[in-house]
Amino acid sequence: MFEAVAFYLFAFLTIAMFFITVTTSQALYALTALAAGMIFISAFFFILGADFLGAVQIIVYTGAVMALYAFGMMFFDTTREVKEKQGNKYIIVGLSTLAAILVVVIFAAPMLSENIVALYPAIDGVGNTQMVGLVLFTKYLIPFEVAAVMLLVAMVAGIVLAGKKMDLSLTLMSPEEIKKKEKENKKVLS
Amino acid sequence: MEIGLNHYLVLSTILFAIGLVGVMKRKNLLLLFFATEILLNSVNIAFAAISHYYGDLTGQMFAFFVIAIAASEVAVGLGLLIVWHKRHGTIDLDTMTSMKG
Repeated sequence: MFEAVAFYLFAFLTIAMFFITVTTSQALYALTALAAGMIFISAFFFILGADFLGAVQIIVYTGAVMALYAFGMMFFDTTREVKEKQGNKYIIVGLSTLAAILVVVIFAAPMLSENIVALYPAIDGVGNTQMVGLVLFTKYLIPFEVAAVMLLVAMVAGIVLAGKKMDLSLTLMSPEEIKKKEKENKKVLS
Repeated sequence: MEIGLNHYLVLSTILFAIGLVGVMKRKNLLLLFFATEILLNSVNIAFAAISHYYGDLTGQMFAFFVIAIAASEVAVGLGLLIVWHKRHGTIDLDTMTSMKG
């Protein structure tokens, strides 16, 4: 009973938040609604008994990713209303629904085709976090290391791309100074 | 009123459809990124639900790697977006037609 109430409540909230994210014309509203939706999604992970995944969802998504987006939005002009494509709405919604159902069928097909045996079944009396650590550092050690290297590459790429000319600030310089810099080398803006 | 695997799969479908509508509808690249986050999260719900109802941890492991990939995608994508915005002053998709394909 409690599970059902929690599921329907959070399902409604998540769908509402993501709907706002997709439909609003204000970038700031979209960011806030997305952050709220991420936290509501972690509630599903807690209901499903995946405690560690829920905690990671809150820390990584609402902590790191949302902070990164908020940081990125400081660079862009977000007060302006967002223009949108003028397409046929029914075609868009129809195609999206069709593709989504296709994805779920791809997930569900192996389950329907009988007997799935758990590869790494949960052991009784062992918590979720302990179990995750056990599986992650035995069976999935190589993917874990590869993911670590990939995050390092992403960090280097982020610094190289965004950190260029960070010592120059166009808002703090006077117009004459900017003109002078532009004459010296044309690439102040990148 | 037992919540089964189908409930979670239906929810995942709805969220995935919302994300796809966002991807097709948006012109602003930042909001396009938001829509891709919705897609990744909806698939994560499906993974966690399947993992729970079959008593298998593989689904959760996959969800972890999806989260790691999403984080690095945001870092690189936002860096590229900042460079583009500095150079052109806009992040609309329509302005990125320099190749005239």
